Amino acid sequence: MQITVTVNGESHTRDVEPRLLLVHFLRNDLGLTGTHWGCDTSNCGVCTVTLDGVPVKSCTVLAVMADGKRVGTVEGLERADGLDPVQQGFVQCHGLQCGFCTPGMMLTARCLLDKNPDPSEQEIREAISGQICRCTGYENIVRSVRWAAEHEAAEAKA
Amino acid sequence: MTVTENATPMGFGRMHRKEDARFVRGKGTYVDDVNLPGMLHGSFLRSPYAHAKIVSIDTSAAEALPGVKAVITGAVLETLSLAWMPTLSYDTQAVLATDKVRFQNQEVAFVVADNHYIARDALELIEVEYEPLPVVADAKQALAEGAPVIRDDKEGKTDNHIFDWSAGDKEKTDAVFASAEVVVAEDILYPRVHPSPLETCGAVADFDKVSGKLTIYSTTQAPHAHRTVYALVAGLPEHKIRVISPDIGGGFGGKVGIYPGYVLAIVGSIVTGKPVKWMEDRNEHLTATAFARDYHMRGEIAATKDGKIRALRVDVLADHGAFNGTAQPTKFPAGFFHIFTGSYDLEAASCNVKGVYTNKAPGGVAYACSFRITEAAYLVERMIDLLAFELKMDPAELRMKNLLQPAQFPYTTPTGWEYDSGDYPKALRLAMDMVGYEKLRVEQAEKLQRGEYMGIGISFFTEGVGAGPRKHMDILGLGMADGAELRVHPTGKAVLRLSVQSQGQGHETTFAQIVAEELGISPDDIDVVHGDTDNTPFGLGTYGSRSTPVSGAATAIVARKVRDRARIVASAMLEVSPDDLEWEKGKFFVKGDPDQAKTIQEIAMAAHSSLELPEGVEGHLDATTVYNPPNLTYPFGAYICVVDVDPATGQVKVRRFIAVDDCGVRINPMIVEGQVHGGLADGIGMALMQLMAFDEDGNHLGASLMDYLLPTSLECPSWELGETVTPSPHHPIGAKGVGESATVGSPAAVVNAVLDALKPFGVRHADMPLTPSNVWRAVQGRPIRTDLAIS
Amino acid sequence: MQVPAAFEYAKATTVSQTLDLLSQWGEDARVIAGGHSLIPMMKLRLARPTALIDINDVSELSYIRVEGGELRIGALTRHAELLDSALVEEHYRIFRDAERVIADPIVRNRGTVGGSLCQADPAEDLSAAFAAVDASVVIHGPRGSRTVPLTEFHVGPYETVVEAGELLTEVRVPIRPGGGSAYVKVERRVGDWAVAAAGAAIWTDADGSVSRVGIGLAAVGAEHFRAAEAEAFLVGKPATQESFAEAGRIAAEASNPVADQRGPVDYKRHLAGELTVRALRAAAARARGQEA
Repeated sequence: MQITVTVNGESHTRDVEPRLLLVHFLRNDLGLTGTHWGCDTSNCGVCTVTLDGVPVKSCTVLAVMADGKRVGTVEGLERADGLDPVQQGFVQCHGLQCGFCTPGMMLTARCLLDKNPDPSEQEIREAISGQICRCTGYENIVRSVRWAAEHEAAEAKA
Repeated sequence: MTVTENATPMGFGRMHRKEDARFVRGKGTYVDDVNLPGMLHGSFLRSPYAHAKIVSIDTSAAEALPGVKAVITGAVLETLSLAWMPTLSYDTQAVLATDKVRFQNQEVAFVVADNHYIARDALELIEVEYEPLPVVADAKQALAEGAPVIRDDKEGKTDNHIFDWSAGDKEKTDAVFASAEVVVAEDILYPRVHPSPLETCGAVADFDKVSGKLTIYSTTQAPHAHRTVYALVAGLPEHKIRVISPDIGGGFGGKVGIYPGYVLAIVGSIVTGKPVKWMEDRNEHLTATAFARDYHMRGEIAATKDGKIRALRVDVLADHGAFNGTAQPTKFPAGFFHIFTGSYDLEAASCNVKGVYTNKAPGGVAYACSFRITEAAYLVERMIDLLAFELKMDPAELRMKNLLQPAQFPYTTPTGWEYDSGDYPKALRLAMDMVGYEKLRVEQAEKLQRGEYMGIGISFFTEGVGAGPRKHMDILGLGMADGAELRVHPTGKAVLRLSVQSQGQGHETTFAQIVAEELGISPDDIDVVHGDTDNTPFGLGTYGSRSTPVSGAATAIVARKVRDRARIVASAMLEVSPDDLEWEKGKFFVKGDPDQAKTIQEIAMAAHSSLELPEGVEGHLDATTVYNPPNLTYPFGAYICVVDVDPATGQVKVRRFIAVDDCGVRINPMIVEGQVHGGLADGIGMALMQLMAFDEDGNHLGASLMDYLLPTSLECPSWELGETVTPSPHHPIGAKGVGESATVGSPAAVVNAVLDALKPFGVRHADMPLTPSNVWRAVQGRPIRTDLAIS
Repeated sequence: MQVPAAFEYAKATTVSQTLDLLSQWGEDARVIAGGHSLIPMMKLRLARPTALIDINDVSELSYIRVEGGELRIGALTRHAELLDSALVEEHYRIFRDAERVIADPIVRNRGTVGGSLCQADPAEDLSAAFAAVDASVVIHGPRGSRTVPLTEFHVGPYETVVEAGELLTEVRVPIRPGGGSAYVKVERRVGDWAVAAAGAAIWTDADGSVSRVGIGLAAVGAEHFRAAEAEAFLVGKPATQESFAEAGRIAAEASNPVADQRGPVDYKRHLAGELTVRALRAAAARARGQEA
């Protein structure tokens, strides 16, 4: 069936099978391979994207469910004036190693900061608790998100 | 931790990773991101049984499904002599089952189709008739009278025994035990776990019929070793095989071996003439690729009444699964387990390890284990705590009393290792100071008065990492030495080519820093090339924490070779003798006249120019080297974990975790700390939740991430790190490997902490994972086998 | 990755359209909302619906409101919405307790209240929480709607009274001021299904005796997710630690857990009692206006 999905602000119309998973639509039909997949059971969270602004696990969403909706992926994070503070935070604080969970982590972090610009360490840990990282032990991910929060606050003041 | 923006040190120091620029933009290229024109997709049909005879396979309906290009069975592979492949331990493994299946989810048939969805549909159309056979799922039953013989494919095989291997002086050890004042013994299980990186295993194989060239993109930590093995298995000429290991989404030792999927992607491409992609799903990854541990250990420790440890004796039953496919130096069937004397000064030690086949997936050496040092470190650190329990001694005091002293290095252990350097008491004291050990013990006693149970667990580990030396260490006859190649372009920018392969370790940054340290070329001006066998020198790859000890040394040495050439060129430029030049990072200058200097960039240009070079100097600065390590490096550390336990529910909360690591000189402390963080989370995972159990029919009970639990951000505390620096005396830059230290050292600290909390209940020992249920059962005095189905 | 077998698909935007599609496509069609139970089962090809009716856009089922003295929760309410609802928190704190430990924040953005109840997993936390507060559900079908108390909703593991062609549309919870409620859960790891969990809602008379109590249990084989015997025992008893301990003992005895990798039977039965006591204690403290 034909669907139209707005991904990172750009509208895409494609003919898809109803069973096509959103993660495959993004990766294979649109070539947006920044969204990864890691399990089949919605446990690892590396496939996290935003659907109408809310983080969801795209391995457990059908592409047809996104028809007429907005999807955000890692490829859409960068701003016209450079990296999003969340992306900068991950670089600054060594919030990634193999990079596989990173896109999903950053999208969740972005959504968290949009709702709560000054999250505590515990709030950050809760927000990312549905996403597994095998490399960082989470410590530097938490610091990365805090870095982004602090820099956004400073940016807003300036 | 945070690095100042844009800070790029000229050498060692904290520096942002060069690879992050692509990763934070979602521009990494992992194997599943490789899409070639006309590419087909492969998928496996796997066995539902752990042990069964294959009576028949009917693929006709699958072949008839539109979009299916090929269905490959073991019978097809037999005609190509590819049904079996050699393992890294000189055993054989079925690529596709022919006679029978030997573990649940073993590969039975491979479908190649236009897309992944069709391939999966076709699997359902393949009909296999099985005749179930009795199963050996428990290693302890493998050698029982009448146990079914799993490897009846091996001629003359009448049991499930693989090997017996021992180390140390048994006679001397037995004598010490016979005269010991105190002997403590315990059965200790290191259960089967799985490294489970977030990226599963996969490959894209592309065979070009015209040129005869096979290009294979795969999730491998050892691209060169894989190339050689493919050449040996498939009979393809090695120069016609190119292995590309692009970005790897974590490896942890699970991407060292060669899996049937890689071979089938190749066969599929040869058969169809199209590129073929194979990516396994999580269930396949957990059930069919290399597991880790599964060591059933009997430990005994002998000591004096006042706590001087005298000897250790260990018996191990090692479950290797259905095929002996462990990835380790060939001469060490139990890996480096015989480093089990740990960090202590003993009179004697001995061990025997018995390897057996079971109807479970093959593997054993994986998951950041430094070739079984995880098992060894866990064993000795549990035994020390058991001795402390018996002697009613403080476990920190007991360790302090027995740790090797700085003056004893280099130290030869009772099982033959030569530890290079260390100051162990200093590291333990630092960890104790950081955690506030004495105060915590007071708090613990006060809490107990109120009926609250907290525990403090210590682990002190020593690892041996950086295999070779090649004389003692090889894999399938390939000596464990690694090459490095450094080219310096005319403008002074450089390219470093390495045999080792990052799976997240940040090689593109740290190895550039080593060159920067040696040559004074900014890391930003150095490209590190790896993961492509056509474009890098041969070497055995990244596992066992060997990249820094081996290729880090190779990099320093190749950079020094470049520097030696640069000295000669500079001497021509400055018209002085090479001996009259002095090196200061980035330039040579005339002794006593610092203004008379040439930078490395100027020298590079001159080396490519029309400048007349001294006789015998060919021009250019490029150099190559192969590094054959003289010894392993021996990183060590002191870890302390603090937990709160609710004995009524069995829940454990890790409150604090202090990790003091000594890995010698740190190239990039930020990256070292990151690696330690990750390994500490592994320790929480293994100690508290990760487990692959099997029921008596060999059914896997942890086959998805719903049941094989990996720790989240909420189980992990905010790690507290400390460091001491004892350089390795034999490593060119004094560095030691660190990638696996925390995974090796941390499980014992967590387990010791939980059991310390349970001491008031008289609990001596309980096996991992200490899930709420296992903790509660231990409190009740009724611990259960954690690796079997709970009934 | 695992992928589902092929199926037909339609997006519904109203309840009546959903019911029409259900009747048109027959009993092998399934309604899908969050899909976090159904899609993984379809990927394993253990579930093979011939058609899916997507109700994510049936906005008339997405609400939380007070009406007729009841808290009314639309079936399409996401877990995250229930968690964040100040209205729900004002009346029943048990739901924030429960929702905080259901799956993970991202799954909670997608999973729905109705879907969780209809999946009827024996370890489902919301089933136990709703059982504790005397909830009922509204089911729409081709012949109109019916209201079923939660204590009659579950027929067995993964089975409910919702029939082919029907749709669960709403959950209703009677508002009874003056009480307190709480939920406690033991899990192997954050985000895991319960090893065991207990929810309690309690109201006391002026003399401190229990006037009304509900106890819900998850993952321990309690009939209809409820500890009916323990509830019956408590009514009229003083709301004390001793009474709660006895109620816990009764709840444990009445439970009927099965062993799995989360734990053996004796442990789960023990937890049924221990967590009942803890939930009652916390609920009673809240009823008294104390934090717990």
